[in-house]
Amino acid sequence: MEAPEQPEAAGAEYELHLYIAGNTPSAAAAVRNLQDICERYLAGRVELRIIDLSAQPEAAGEEQIVASPTLVKKRPGLTRFLVGDLSDRRRVLALLGLTPDAHDPYLHD
Amino acid sequence: MTPAAAALPQLPKAPTGIDGLDEITNGGLPLGRPTLICGSAGCGKTLMSVEFLVRGALEFDEPGVLMAFEETADELAANVTSLGFDLKQLVADKKLRLDHVHVDRSEIEETGEYDLEGLFIRLGYAIDSIGAKRVVLDTIESLFSGFSNQAVLRSEIRRLFRWLKEKGVTTVITAERGDGSLTRQGLEEYVSDCVILLDNRVVNQITTRRLRIVKYRGSTHGTNEYPYLITENGISVLPVTSLKLEHDVSNEVVSTGVPGLDEMFTRRGLYRGSSVLITGTAGTAKTTLAAAFAAEACRRGERSLYFAFEESPQQLLRNMDSVGLHLRPFVEQGLLHIEASRPTLNGLEQHLVTIHKLIAQLQPRTVIIDPISNLVSVGSLTEVRGMLTRLIDYLKVQGITALFTALVSGGRTNQEMTEEGVSSLVDTWIHVRDLEGIGERNRGVSILKARGMAHSNQVREFLVTSEGIRLLDVVIGPGGIVTGASRHTQYMQEQAAGLAAQQEIERRERELERKRRVLEATIANLRTEFESVEEELRRSNQEEEQRQHELTQGRRQIAAGVGQRPGGATPGSESSNS
Repeated sequence: MEAPEQPEAAGAEYELHLYIAGNTPSAAAAVRNLQDICERYLAGRVELRIIDLSAQPEAAGEEQIVASPTLVKKRPGLTRFLVGDLSDRRRVLALLGLTPDAHDPYLHD
Repeated sequence: MTPAAAALPQLPKAPTGIDGLDEITNGGLPLGRPTLICGSAGCGKTLMSVEFLVRGALEFDEPGVLMAFEETADELAANVTSLGFDLKQLVADKKLRLDHVHVDRSEIEETGEYDLEGLFIRLGYAIDSIGAKRVVLDTIESLFSGFSNQAVLRSEIRRLFRWLKEKGVTTVITAERGDGSLTRQGLEEYVSDCVILLDNRVVNQITTRRLRIVKYRGSTHGTNEYPYLITENGISVLPVTSLKLEHDVSNEVVSTGVPGLDEMFTRRGLYRGSSVLITGTAGTAKTTLAAAFAAEACRRGERSLYFAFEESPQQLLRNMDSVGLHLRPFVEQGLLHIEASRPTLNGLEQHLVTIHKLIAQLQPRTVIIDPISNLVSVGSLTEVRGMLTRLIDYLKVQGITALFTALVSGGRTNQEMTEEGVSSLVDTWIHVRDLEGIGERNRGVSILKARGMAHSNQVREFLVTSEGIRLLDVVIGPGGIVTGASRHTQYMQEQAAGLAAQQEIERRERELERKRRVLEATIANLRTEFESVEEELRRSNQEEEQRQHELTQGRRQIAAGVGQRPGGATPGSESSNS
């Protein structure tokens, strides 16, 4: 269901960084949604980091984070900033280059 | 009530350090509150906010954070280097922190609920890392181009300003001018403490930047539009209100460079540090008078600055050489600096800044502006007046003797009115004019006013000779003071009358001489006559004596001859006896 694997020189095929700001409802939702996506679509192919800006404030400037939560897709392809709690599953999958699974219960049409 | 009200603390303010702005705002921006600076493109919003930070860091020991949404740190640093601000050094000294917020719509996708907590954390971290007291957000409206959820943005921006207020940092937010509103996104709704509007207006192809404080909650402020400039040393707002009329005055008197003109003032000259206006119609030797004044100052060894808005320095030097004012040696000695420029080269404010800059650089004791009337071609009358007010004020505060020339139109009604209306600002007003008679024009100079000293009320005729300006003596004819050919006629008439009187005297003298000579001749005649009469008489007397003697002799002989009588009788007795 995916394109043939592109072996990466270093690390996994997907590198995703999720920036959250403290323990807010949207942060919790974003973490939950991202973890679900990774398990369902990217098992074993993803390097995921969750950074709490309230603990590492300097990271916000380094990564040009303005909104929170923000998911930064570092790989594959161009860097993309996915702003929001990732509840729009279809849009998130499209942006990550993943084909929606018909059995995914979070797909709202 | 009143003492209590006076004792109430004033709204605390953060001085900007920007020339003039602190005067208009009565001390600076509201401390610990946000201020909105809005204006169209090219107004200098970023520059003003950067200067606020730099001055804060350098002059008031208040570190600042610059959050730039449009330019990167390197670009910003490069852009303000031209103003002498070394941002990199300030960053290295931990007095400034630059944070470029990159918001690119093409890289951002919205996938659900979000807020701008990331920005808050970023800003909070920047503020805390250097203990910043000042924050600039330039231009926060860029967020609207990066995020589509306006409701979230608006509530987050509102929250941001409240949060900054709670942190107690003085914030400047810049925003682009919108159609019909101060800012495109209506930010003025959120920033209610202080709003400064910058404006860039082109009138008659000349740009003037203006600043206006739209509102300032809890403080009095200047309400006018104030011109401001972006100079090499940052922004300079030019408030008319700097006219405080507090400058010191001098009792020293300096010469005008024209001896006859000095004589017209009872103190034989002008007060040092006063301002002089020379008005006149075309070709009435205003420039020559101005140059004479400059030359005199140079002769005293004082530095002079001559702004020529009509002639090039070379032309001015040549023309003044022709009337015996040799300025070239003074230029070579560095005593005289001639700054020539076209009035239309710059806006009025730029001229003012050029003048300020040169004065600061050369420290002259005398400044000449020839002519101020030309500046009208650059701005409206009120603008020119405003500029001259500020200029005259500035010169007075510096104790510089200033001389302005102004061309007045030949209209009969307001010949003595300067269109710029500066006459009320100057201390001494000298008017040169054409005295047009039958078939000739003569130049006359008069003093319309001289604050602080009595002066002549006469219109003195003067000549521009190859040795300079020479005031002619007053000639009073039957109908008052006469000039030109009438003066000549009067002179000749007087000469003729004098000659006639002289001749009359000489004639009388000759008459007298003649009379004396006649008299003397008569006396001589009489004397001669007398002498001849005397001689005649004397001779007849002698003859008579002679005759008598001979008679006596004869008688005696007779007596002796006839008979000699004894006892000898006298002839008398003898005759009586006979």
